[in-house]
Amino acid sequence: MKQLSGFIRKEFRHIFRDPRTMIILFGIPIVQLLLFGYVITTEIKDARIAILDKSNDEVTREITHKLLSSGYFKLDAMLDNEGQIDNIFRQGNVKEVVVFQDDFGKKLERDGQADVQVIADASDPNTAQLLSNYTNAIVQDYLQKKFINYKMPLEIKPQVRMLFNESLVGAFMYVPGTMALILIIISAMMTSITIVREKEMGTMEILLVSPLKSHHIIIGKVTPYLILSVINAITIVILGNLVFGVPVRGSLILLMFVVILYIMLALSLGILISTIAASQFSAMFVSIMALMLPTMLLSGFIYPITNMPVVLQVLSNIMPARWFIEAVKAVMLKGVGIGYIWKQLLIMTGMTVIFLGISVRKFKLRLE
Amino acid sequence: MITDMENENTVIRVRDLVKKFGQFVADDHLSFDVYKGEIFGFLGANGAGKTTAIRMLCGLLEPTSGELTVAGLDGFKQREAIKRRIGYMSQKFSLYEDLTVNENIRLFAGIYGIPTRVRKEKTEELLEKLELTSARKKLVRDLPLGWKQKLAFSLAIIHDPSIVFLDEPSGGVDPVTRRRFWDLIYEAAHEGITVFVTTHYMDEAEYCDRVAIMSAGKIVALDTPDALKKEWDATSMDGVFLKLARSNE
Repeated sequence: MKQLSGFIRKEFRHIFRDPRTMIILFGIPIVQLLLFGYVITTEIKDARIAILDKSNDEVTREITHKLLSSGYFKLDAMLDNEGQIDNIFRQGNVKEVVVFQDDFGKKLERDGQADVQVIADASDPNTAQLLSNYTNAIVQDYLQKKFINYKMPLEIKPQVRMLFNESLVGAFMYVPGTMALILIIISAMMTSITIVREKEMGTMEILLVSPLKSHHIIIGKVTPYLILSVINAITIVILGNLVFGVPVRGSLILLMFVVILYIMLALSLGILISTIAASQFSAMFVSIMALMLPTMLLSGFIYPITNMPVVLQVLSNIMPARWFIEAVKAVMLKGVGIGYIWKQLLIMTGMTVIFLGISVRKFKLRLE
Repeated sequence: MITDMENENTVIRVRDLVKKFGQFVADDHLSFDVYKGEIFGFLGANGAGKTTAIRMLCGLLEPTSGELTVAGLDGFKQREAIKRRIGYMSQKFSLYEDLTVNENIRLFAGIYGIPTRVRKEKTEELLEKLELTSARKKLVRDLPLGWKQKLAFSLAIIHDPSIVFLDEPSGGVDPVTRRRFWDLIYEAAHEGITVFVTTHYMDEAEYCDRVAIMSAGKIVALDTPDALKKEWDATSMDGVFLKLARSNE
């Protein structure tokens, strides 16, 4: 036990004395969380639009006002004629142009029908889709409130409610995802690099000849990363809550349990990589290619799994982060208990056992 | 003939030791004895089977067949116990470069389970002997190569092992530094620690009490440097090595 504690202390010294390691451990998590939370967002806020109001009556002015006061749109220019539309899109200043036809208000009153044209810049299809949907919804909403006395022949009014994230805040999605990504980086990449470094430096040989058992060496190497990863996870949850308002509705203890299980899984992956990689560089390369990118793309972190081609959906099953994100979201956002996430926990446990099993075999083979 | 008296002093006893990797025979029926306080040189080209042999002697590898006793312990069944009785220094003088001299001493003393009080005494003694007292808080990275080499050796014997294994301990070090390093080795041998050293350098081979020369997994010669030189009619170990290599072709 005393042997082990000295060994762990040494590992902490390696970490605290290497500025690059410190940046990866403590700088990147915070920067990434803020980046994902703020920059990569699917929410619409202050999108610049132009309006061509050929009618300029009370109704069109009211609709314009509603659009601009919604918070989603910001007026870039009022246009005078249709010739300007093409140009303003080419300049790239606006994402959408709204055109009211001549005598909009009169036609609406007389015929019960008037045209408003929504033109969006679909060089960015997702944003174009979102903007036109939002515009449409605001116009519909205006009509219903304005002409509340008009009875339509038949009417279905869907009452939509967004459960668990009423205002569709993107950070609710990115906080669990960022956690998945960062914990993989720290736990898997950093441990694989630190173990491979001992091999490169020749110190691993010294340790293997010493009375330390190989499981002592492994425990000594990974314990500091386990502790630092838990601290990181707590920081992310707190930051997510304070900065983005992401709640923890379920049990904090259950959340920490899920986090620690995922860290163990990532650590076992790191150990596995260290048995394969011959140099620190290849350990880093393997970690990035095999873990970071798939974690971002295939885990449901950024792109919904249900929208993927079947092959990738199947592939996403072997992504540890997928199960972690599902479990974390369930605990943080839905506030469920262990009964609802036992499947995810079981899969993560199974993966950990398999990775450790392979690592132990490889470790022994390498010694021979 | 091995007499009874010699037997008492035997710290490494090897008989018909074989190590196979699949079909490949890395070490083919090795037999030799190493005696207490002796400096035993192990020579051979890369791939001759030196590393595999030293790994079996250190308890890192289980032999395929034969008999192996190290410090009175069985090389098949008591490999973990062997590790406590031996010291090991690799060709890279592997220390932790980002730790200070003090921290390295403390770490290895801890790994070998040396009690704190003993450790403190030993640390002072060691620093004084190596004239490193003023550099105790320096990172090992900042030490000259020769000092690192001496420190690595001193750490390999910090737990007073019966045998210390040195795997090409002088790589990249100039002959003068190498000579000074050998003073430390002589001192350790004088104190009763058996030294088992592999090397490429023929001048180092001259410093050994006895040398074994390996080729293609077999020991092709084993004697004192003087006897070998006489037998092969050579003026240096270099000559012995060359003539041996030619006769084995």
